[in-house]
Amino acid sequence: MALLEVRDLSITFHRKGEEPSVAVDNISFNVEPGQTVGLVGESGCGKSVTSLAIMGLLPSRGAKVGGSVTFEGEELLGLSQRELDERRGRDLGMVFQDPLSSLNPVVPIGLQISEVLERHRKLGRKEAKAEAAELLNRVGIPDPKRRLDEYPHQLSGGMRQRALIAIALACRPRLLIADEPTTALDVTIQAQILSLLSELVSGTDTALIMITHDLGVVAGLCDEVNVMYGGRIVERAQRHALFAEPRHPYTHGLLASIPRLDAPRGEKLVPIRGSVVDNIAWSRGCAFAPRCPSQLEECWSDPPELVDDRGGMLRCHNPVEVAPMAAEGAR
Amino acid sequence: MLQLALVVVVLSVLIFGWLRMLPGGPVSALLGDRGTAESRAELTEALGLNDPIFVQYFAFLGRAITGDFGTSTGVSPGKPAMELFLERFPATLELSIAAILLALIFAIPLGYLAARRRGGWLDNAGVVGSMIGISIPIFFLAFLLKYFLSIKLGWLPTGGRQSPDIDATRITGFFVLDGVLTREWDAAWDALRHLLLPAVALASIPFAVIFRITRASVLDVLDEDYVRTARSKGLTRRIIRDRHILRNAMLPVVTTVGLQTGALLSGAVLTETVFSWQGIGQALAIGFERKDFAVLQVVIIAAAMAYVLVNLIVDLSYAVIDPRIRSAQKVS
Ligand SMILES: Nc1ncnc2c1ncn2[C@@H]1O[C@H](COP(=O)(O)OP(=O)(O)OP(=O)(O)O)[C@@H](O)[C@H]1O
Ligand code: SF4
Ligand SMILES: [Mg+2]
Repeated sequence: MALLEVRDLSITFHRKGEEPSVAVDNISFNVEPGQTVGLVGESGCGKSVTSLAIMGLLPSRGAKVGGSVTFEGEELLGLSQRELDERRGRDLGMVFQDPLSSLNPVVPIGLQISEVLERHRKLGRKEAKAEAAELLNRVGIPDPKRRLDEYPHQLSGGMRQRALIAIALACRPRLLIADEPTTALDVTIQAQILSLLSELVSGTDTALIMITHDLGVVAGLCDEVNVMYGGRIVERAQRHALFAEPRHPYTHGLLASIPRLDAPRGEKLVPIRGSVVDNIAWSRGCAFAPRCPSQLEECWSDPPELVDDRGGMLRCHNPVEVAPMAAEGAR
Repeated sequence: MLQLALVVVVLSVLIFGWLRMLPGGPVSALLGDRGTAESRAELTEALGLNDPIFVQYFAFLGRAITGDFGTSTGVSPGKPAMELFLERFPATLELSIAAILLALIFAIPLGYLAARRRGGWLDNAGVVGSMIGISIPIFFLAFLLKYFLSIKLGWLPTGGRQSPDIDATRITGFFVLDGVLTREWDAAWDALRHLLLPAVALASIPFAVIFRITRASVLDVLDEDYVRTARSKGLTRRIIRDRHILRNAMLPVVTTVGLQTGALLSGAVLTETVFSWQGIGQALAIGFERKDFAVLQVVIIAAAMAYVLVNLIVDLSYAVIDPRIRSAQKVS
């Protein structure tokens, strides 16, 4: 049994005076214990909303969630907030994008960690504080005892994100969701945080869902990658397969637009043309069609289905046949 | 402290000059229509009102520094203004504290609940109620309360601070507190009954303002990322509310409470007049009517000092709640 099973998850926002908007459209994926799964796609494709739905953190009003999310066999979507509170922080942990705004500015770092321990592991004040120092040490914050009494604004951006990771991992959750944990950080810090995350989850049975718009982040971390576009999964593959031979034109475009160390000198990065605003509705055809270099006529009238493809899944009428490197060579 | 001294000096100049520019001085107020030309001239001379205004001011300042603010001519003729102020100040302080406490006790929980159940009946009722609270003239509200609850229904006393048949021991000048300290429970209860209506009337504006600020501030905080983080940790509702929502939402409320103390004095003038409450508000009202310069000067200057002090305390407590301000102060 998978640790987490997401089946046909749909999320629709209803706002007064506006048409309901579908942010996530029937997506399904599994996460096995200890596995690291990537959720990749550009801004607005529904990554954060998916993670919030799993955590039960979507606004209760205005957001309609359909489908099913089971965690260790238990359906999460029907649970009350009170029942979810027993799971959140203990079995499910989450790291957010912006560490400054995600930490309470008027509560000391130590307490923000130890309160999770007090809540779920029923530790006393003192033990929880000692454990919090230990956790800060584990996530690589020097002089943890002193840091316990400091406030978020006294820490650097990287240290804040380390503290958030310490909070999320405090109770050794079975699943950690990291939603663009490095986007708000300096480039040099980004790599440190990523290697910290992989170090903390590898060799444990904590599974990780890594959410990012950056395939480069996925490269060193994920076992399996789901590529999302316009609220749907368009390609799923093992990491090596995805990088060696991306099948979906969107994935292909994403790969071509990240800098690579092994790329020939002078190679230009090719961004995907257009932007999400060009999307057409999935009900009419392929949402990516207006931007797709491989588009066929049928792409504009016949929505592609997600089907098995070379050990992964693919949603495309005209998949890419050659790897980007090979394509480079041929030019 | 420098701030305080500056406020006092500037204000004393303003009030001093302004009072003397008002038509009809203490002389007309004292003598009325009966005064002859000689008696008017005599009294004017006796009160020192013939000297140039800056001479008068520096004479006033010189005496004020020693605590002598002159003698009351209208509110309680012959009594030193400072003595009169000290006598009456506890009454106004008791009333103001009761009003602020009432406002806080009701406005903060209601503001919080209204924000949590935004658009619900409690929220709508609260918003409308606070609109009324802000816009209803305090004089009118005080009068309504007195008319219905005291005169018509006879549930509560119509005015004063203590029934005449009660012989209470005085310690602090706060009548309710005195009754508790001396265990004269009947006196405490009686004083409380006298306090209730004026305190409610005076609380109306601070209540309305604090309710609205709390509500708006909680609504802001509910959207903050750190509240989502707190929920992602599965914390209990109580900890999320107290530690993560309220502790942040209280920051603007604290500032508001400080600013509201300024509004309290003007409210006290009206409330104390309606309920014959023997405080400095009432002294101010009578003092204006009778052009009692000495009393007006001491009351207004003292009120301004109190206002600055309260806001100083607010600034300090702000730093206690908000660590960001604390470290900014350490640096500077
Ligand atoms: N509270 C909300 N109310 C209405 N629409 C929302 C809400 N939250 C998200 N959406 C919409 O849902 C869609 C998906 O948003 P989501 O935040 O999941 O994107 P994302 O993939 O995480 O992008 P980013 O990289 O910018 O974080 C967007 O079109 C967004 O406008
Ligand atoms: S379905 Fe057609 S338009 Fe869509 S990605 Fe594939 S080729 Fe491009
Ligand atoms: Mg996002």
